[in-house]
Amino acid sequence: MATYNLKVNGKSHQVEVEDDTPLLWVLRDHIGLVGTKFSCGIAQCGACTVHINGNATFSCVTPISSVGNSEVITIEGLSENGDHPVQKAWEEVDVAQCGYCQAGQIMQAAAFLNNNPSPSMEEIDNAMNRNLCRCGTYHKIREAVALAAKNN
Amino acid sequence: MRSLTKTTRRDFLKIAGTSAGGLFIGFNMFGCDSPKVEVLSTEEVLAQAKNFNSYLSISPTGDVVIYSPNPELGQNIKTSFPMVVAEELDADWEKVRVLQAHLDTEKYDRQLTGGSGAMPHSWERLRKAGATAKFVLVAAAAKVWNVPAEEITVDQGIISHKGSGKSGHFGEFVAEAASISAPEDVKLKEKKDFKIIGTAVKNVDAKDMYTGKPLFGLDFQREGMLHAMVQRAPFGMKIKSVDENAARGVSGVKDVVVFGNSVAVVSDKTWPLLKAKKLLKISYEPDGKVESSSDHDEIFRELIANGKAEERRRDGNVDQAFSQAAQVVTAEYQCPFLAHSPMEPENFFAHVKGDKCELIGPTQTPDRARQTAAGILGIPAENVSVEITRLGGGFGRRLRADFVEEAVHISKAMNAPVKVIWDREDELTGGAYRPAVRYRFEAALDQSGTMIGYKLRGVGMNAGNSTREHNFPSGAVDNLLIESVNYESSITTNAWRAPITNFLAYAEQSFLDEVALAAGKDPVDFRLELLNRAKSNPVGELGYDVDRMIGVVKAAAEKSNWGKSPTVKQGFSVYYSHRSYVAQVADIEMENGTPTLKKITAVTDCGMVINPTGANHQVRGGIVDGMGHAMFTNLTFDNGVPKQKNFDSYRLIRMKEVPEIETHFLDTGFDPTGLGEPALPPTGGAIANAIFAATGRRLRSQPFIEQNEFSDIKLDIRRA
Repeated sequence: MATYNLKVNGKSHQVEVEDDTPLLWVLRDHIGLVGTKFSCGIAQCGACTVHINGNATFSCVTPISSVGNSEVITIEGLSENGDHPVQKAWEEVDVAQCGYCQAGQIMQAAAFLNNNPSPSMEEIDNAMNRNLCRCGTYHKIREAVALAAKNN
Repeated sequence: MRSLTKTTRRDFLKIAGTSAGGLFIGFNMFGCDSPKVEVLSTEEVLAQAKNFNSYLSISPTGDVVIYSPNPELGQNIKTSFPMVVAEELDADWEKVRVLQAHLDTEKYDRQLTGGSGAMPHSWERLRKAGATAKFVLVAAAAKVWNVPAEEITVDQGIISHKGSGKSGHFGEFVAEAASISAPEDVKLKEKKDFKIIGTAVKNVDAKDMYTGKPLFGLDFQREGMLHAMVQRAPFGMKIKSVDENAARGVSGVKDVVVFGNSVAVVSDKTWPLLKAKKLLKISYEPDGKVESSSDHDEIFRELIANGKAEERRRDGNVDQAFSQAAQVVTAEYQCPFLAHSPMEPENFFAHVKGDKCELIGPTQTPDRARQTAAGILGIPAENVSVEITRLGGGFGRRLRADFVEEAVHISKAMNAPVKVIWDREDELTGGAYRPAVRYRFEAALDQSGTMIGYKLRGVGMNAGNSTREHNFPSGAVDNLLIESVNYESSITTNAWRAPITNFLAYAEQSFLDEVALAAGKDPVDFRLELLNRAKSNPVGELGYDVDRMIGVVKAAAEKSNWGKSPTVKQGFSVYYSHRSYVAQVADIEMENGTPTLKKITAVTDCGMVINPTGANHQVRGGIVDGMGHAMFTNLTFDNGVPKQKNFDSYRLIRMKEVPEIETHFLDTGFDPTGLGEPALPPTGGAIANAIFAATGRRLRSQPFIEQNEFSDIKLDIRRA
């Protein structure tokens, strides 16, 4: 057990956990931020995507010991009122079916657009290929990412 | 065909003035001689709300709360059910709030998600729920204003009387409405007057989903709650011994619980469990058949040839037809086991408290969850409460209650609230599967290429009847034999989105293409020829509406420009399942010498479309699902254990692997039917037939990418 001071969504949190505890479980079980989802646990599906210093990161394979002072942003902290351009585009396009993967999709898209504000459709496909959606909402995800890019 | 949408029992209206002045309206479907209105307190309503089937409340502020009883797993029922109620109520959708109802078998009928059956089952009763509420509100306004009710109009929650210039919102008439009698048969709106139904109403949980609110079972937390993970035995094995020392040594592990053939590790956090479960040393011994996929291939071959078959349907003289045939076409098709793999792994919360039990979580069958818990604990079912969370996918997996069973056992053993969590490996290895199935098809053609004989023999693993004997082409062939053989496997199998038809449709539609080719006919013309025969002179029972099937076939041919372009290689498929009709055309074009799947066109007849966004979602999602599993996904067993343990080897379709999907819906005037399943079955056939058209390779087994015929073909998938 060790003590870690984390910066999540602009707030400081102190947690006592084992060094190998993935950030995902620190967020969900220790800090109570359950918007970041567990699905595969081996960096294959993207449901657990968060931003670490602005980069889309799979939190299920990110040990807490590697996070340090980095700025962690989760779906809960992406915007204050749920009005980040990507969230707005997701609402406008009405992307979700079951909705379970969508927080990870939104975080992936937000980081991607931050680095590439005017992507081609092919670039959108490449970026979003990291995240699985079992319901098959891929067409809508693609449309929403393009809309967010256009509106911003 | 039998209509499943009729409300066969008389509605009984109950209206209650509440202490807050609200109006509760529920509909009793059973056994009352005449409708009547009772004025009750809220407590009385709750206590007496027997056999209610639909439930809404209106506050004095005019706000409407609509309870949605059926579990929501992405089929959009939590949005579409309330749309129907609000339509007949003429509510202002902006003032409608939707709540997920808890399990209540006395209030609600068929509170489950499965078989694409919710909308056809509830369509009429949902409409009556809204219409009856509107009737009493209008009557109340007429009484207050002293004007004839028939002169009153309602629009977006506002009741108006033109002559007197009076108007007010629903809430203003709630108290008066409690004294109004409802008619025996309330008048429903004309479909042409619908304002909410048919519009793209947004998902009611959208904001919560996109901001990370705790909606799903896995998100549920309670003070003092323990977490548990379970190691289950391989299929056909039982526990011989358990060495739990290393698992207990993991920091944070509180206990190890052995029950039945399972071993649970318990902690107040999740990460220690993921580590400890791997450290359990359990040895097993055989307790039945310990099966491998290679055994299954042998079993299939043997049972197709010599298995004891159950005759499902026989028309005419099959032997004679085949002996007189000018040409016989035979082919066998096989699919593998598949897991359901919802993105949210299985989980459930249970708190056993003496002779009571509280259950919370994602289930497609809340009543089964309740009965399961009651059975384990030996307590009456009414002592078990079930709260339904949003489900992060289901695909049939959450029809089962094995995860509920585990949560109840562990909560009882620990005497504490417990949430059982499965990880992906649990989901793939300890699950319940779409069974592997093999089909043998035989067709007899006469000189003119008319199909005079048709035989289908299905062999399924725990699949029960692996055929759908009254589906097309039954009814269109004079001499027909449909048989099913069942093999009892020790591997747990379960309904998987569009049970049986998820593979049968592909096999049948691919085989019909083979027959059309042998007959020298265009695949669409060949299907229409059969359908016209079934229409003009049907043979025996028809499980489908021929005109509706012809409708989607013709529309899909037209919308896809079937056969019009020499460079576009197309594959056709059509299937009727779960009361809806879907025809699909896959387009493959050669790009730089590579066959490239560019587009799938789908035409659906599901009767009236409630919500175009939701309908599009279900059709596209079904196609993506059908395509992904047909092309990529395989689950194989080695001594009772699946070899594919996570998404690195269990391959699901991704963003870059889906073509353009164009959807069309036919407005045939029929009442709405469900869409959770019907778009999936035709997809594999459309793609396989297009691959054949483009490459000359016939794919008779899934997944396509693992077949020898496909090994030297690189199929690109690209959207326009």
